[in-house]
Amino acid sequence: MNPLALLAIDVPPISQVTIWGNGPLGLNKTIVIYGFATLATIVVFLLGTRKKEALVPAGIFQNTAESGVAFVRNQVIMQTMGTDGLPYLPYLTALFFFIFFSNITEIIPAVQFPANARFAMPMTLALATWVIFNVVGVARQGFGHYMKNSLVPPGVPAALLVLVVPIEFISTFIVRPFSLMVRLFANMLAGHLILVTFSVITAALWAPKITVIIAPFSFALLVAMTGFEILVSFLQAFIFTILTAVYIGGAMHPEH
Amino acid sequence: MALLHLLLAAAAGDNNKGLTAIGRGIVYGGAAIGPGIGIGLVVGNAITAMARQPESAGTVRTTMFLGIAFTEALALFGFVLAFIISG
Repeated sequence: MNPLALLAIDVPPISQVTIWGNGPLGLNKTIVIYGFATLATIVVFLLGTRKKEALVPAGIFQNTAESGVAFVRNQVIMQTMGTDGLPYLPYLTALFFFIFFSNITEIIPAVQFPANARFAMPMTLALATWVIFNVVGVARQGFGHYMKNSLVPPGVPAALLVLVVPIEFISTFIVRPFSLMVRLFANMLAGHLILVTFSVITAALWAPKITVIIAPFSFALLVAMTGFEILVSFLQAFIFTILTAVYIGGAMHPEH
Repeated sequence: MALLHLLLAAAAGDNNKGLTAIGRGIVYGGAAIGPGIGIGLVVGNAITAMARQPESAGTVRTTMFLGIAFTEALALFGFVLAFIISG
């Protein structure tokens, strides 16, 4: 038996993270998964609102849709934006469900790939959040006041402003969208790499050699990490949504 | 196969890939120290808060997850950078 089979773990080069497929209309597993996430979100809310006048919700789609809306309304919007933020409930609910459905494919057996492990869509969603909170800020407060409220924290002596304003500018307008993108992308990529690594180790150890006794431990850890990735999928969708809500709320109500 | 290629290249006198591997390890190792301490602080204070006032456990738990996501993002920047570094 080839002893080099034990060294079969090889992390693909980072350049493979940014391959977009064959041309702009090329199909890709990532695109198919995003299509599934879009369809799943639409189906949940279309089928979930067919009987919205009924007193008692019935059926899995209606219960899922109503629980999802209640969750985003109470845990995300009311905690961060108050009642002023309720117009954003449709967008935040759609965002949450879309990201959740595109993350949860990481553990679905035939698919095993979180679409957000490629940074195209996280970058687009983070850019959308950035555009929304800047437009809301400028529309609510006027450009001058918005810049002043964002860049000059209250209570800073005037001599320190030379130092504080560039730092606040980079922190508010550059680091926020970038960190939103990298948080979602890197969490999903890291989880996917962990699952791939332990799967390949378990498969490589399944050979008629003495090292096969290590295989059950690797498999047990694979099962545990799969469970952990369910938590991470949900958590990253929730974090992206609540951070979007926090940024929009911050643009709507500047701290005095 | 990556490990074997590294060892063969270093034995032949070309240290580039080996040094790249060491660099990647240092990048991620250094990036993981701060968030490790930070997440420990966040969760520890959250546990204290939940113990002092059990009625606020739900709010504290939600804020704890938010704090964990913020600090974990910094460790993940390092993780991604470690892969971007090329020989």
